[in-house]
Amino acid sequence: MRRVRRWLPGLLLVSPSIVAIAVFVYGLLGWNFKVAMSDQHDEISQGSFVRLENFIGIWEQERWGISVRHAIVFTVVFVGGALVLGWFLAFLMEKGIRGEGGFRAVYLFPMAVSFIATGVVWRWLMNSGTGERAVGLNSLLHYLGLDFLQWQWFRDPDWGMAAMAIPAIWQMSGYVMALFLAGFRGVPEELRESARVDGCGEWQVYRYIVLPMLRPVTLSALIILGHISLKVFDLIVAVSGKQIITDVPAIFMWTAVFDSHDPAKGATIAAYIVLSVAVFVIPYLVWNARKGKRS
Amino acid sequence: MSVAQETVRRTAPVERTRGAAVARWVRPALLLIFVVVFLIPVYVLLVTSFKPLSEADPGQAWNLPKVWTTEAWSVAWEKLEPGIVNSVLLAVPGSLISAVLGSMNGYVLSKWRFPGADVVFTLFLFGMFIPYQGVMIPLVQLMVNLGETLGVDLYGGIPGLTLAHVVYGIPICTLIFRNYYVTIPDELVEASRVDGAGMLRTFWSIILPVSGPAFAVVIIWQFTSMWNDFLFAVFLTAPSSWPTTVMLNNIAGAQTVPYSQQMAAAILASIPTMVVYVLLGRFFMRGLMAGALKG
Repeated sequence: MRRVRRWLPGLLLVSPSIVAIAVFVYGLLGWNFKVAMSDQHDEISQGSFVRLENFIGIWEQERWGISVRHAIVFTVVFVGGALVLGWFLAFLMEKGIRGEGGFRAVYLFPMAVSFIATGVVWRWLMNSGTGERAVGLNSLLHYLGLDFLQWQWFRDPDWGMAAMAIPAIWQMSGYVMALFLAGFRGVPEELRESARVDGCGEWQVYRYIVLPMLRPVTLSALIILGHISLKVFDLIVAVSGKQIITDVPAIFMWTAVFDSHDPAKGATIAAYIVLSVAVFVIPYLVWNARKGKRS
Repeated sequence: MSVAQETVRRTAPVERTRGAAVARWVRPALLLIFVVVFLIPVYVLLVTSFKPLSEADPGQAWNLPKVWTTEAWSVAWEKLEPGIVNSVLLAVPGSLISAVLGSMNGYVLSKWRFPGADVVFTLFLFGMFIPYQGVMIPLVQLMVNLGETLGVDLYGGIPGLTLAHVVYGIPICTLIFRNYYVTIPDELVEASRVDGAGMLRTFWSIILPVSGPAFAVVIIWQFTSMWNDFLFAVFLTAPSSWPTTVMLNNIAGAQTVPYSQQMAAAILASIPTMVVYVLLGRFFMRGLMAGALKG
């Protein structure tokens, strides 16, 4: 009894948050799956249980296939690009450099700004006019004598989503840089030093000492970038709106709710977005919790 | 910083080889090139926003204004002002409430633990990663129902939007505070317990006085994400309570609004978070790092 009295107040103090998370996160996720498994295709009907009909049926829609393909291209280019650029920036700075604070501030500031605001300028920069009608980055390429690099950016029918990843990389690579920089600085100098004493060259020190120690940071960065990428919404709204050429699941869901007024379809798409994130985030969180317990 | 500089000094003799001499120039040069690339969008935003209507077409966007004018700024301000007011009404109280909740949760989960606290914490963390699309459709429904039950206008207004941000902010706020409080020695809390102080008393007199930095991190983090959010706003608010991002998106999406005004509006919408970033960048960084689950 005395032990209960010891921890009970703590539980009481946290209970409003526990209830809120239980209802708003888990309750609503469950509710969403319930809607997704119903035939509630308008806003008035109650809808009855139809099992996984919507989940299977949606693959027959051409637009769904397009948006999934777009999300994959975007994710690969964005995650890969931000990871490589962020790592490279950190690599250039890891040994300390004059004006480091200034560099960091510039690389990081895009994170403080909304995609909606930066989308305004990126939409213009990535204008699809080429040749005579070139503006934005295409005209910059023309000034630089690199006309052959001009392309339609996000309006390119095949690789438009790769262009869409550019503003996202611009926004997030500073963050990845900061993560890697912390990772680099976490490698004890003694370790590097002793490897050098053992006759390792700088490259070998990097390959065998530093790189393995960056693994946890890389994993964190992958998880964060991955879950941002799979739900990307604001950026695409700001740059191209609801056009099919840059459609992704989050945009498709938005139009399903507000234009087609089809809750079941919207909920199905939302459920797929959640599942795509959950398959890698849940193992990560479990792994993280176990690791925390061990240490 | 000082550690980094020391590192450079210590490794300098080892590195004084041919490669290192080149590297000394290559690194800053590459970093500078990236600074220029990162600032391209800022340049375009700034110069375009100061142009008169006659110059504000994409064809001349790389040029400096021939005539500098703040005309676009005053028009943009007029259009955006209601949104900015709404955003302030959302983000200021919202981030304060978030910080209070986060601090109580973090305190209990680190210093006044109850059985199952770890499980609760891990379940909270998943809330940080869920794509909000997954709760959006039922959330709208819940807000309507809850509003009817309580007799307040939750759906469509600022209070409902604030509620959503506060609830979905609980995981990250709890995480930041918990990781901060873990560094406070348990002995302090134990001593206070032995002296007969209860949970709240200990929180008030031992924990709160040293919580300043964590409050700064959480308030900045929540303020920035509430200010920059678009997804919740677009689903949960009616035109009269549209925050800055939604208004900006409407201004920028309209073909009739000249580029100069779009760009000025984008800058205006970003000023509050940029100011926070410039003045309190240190705390902003810590929030970012907490997002990587690395306390």
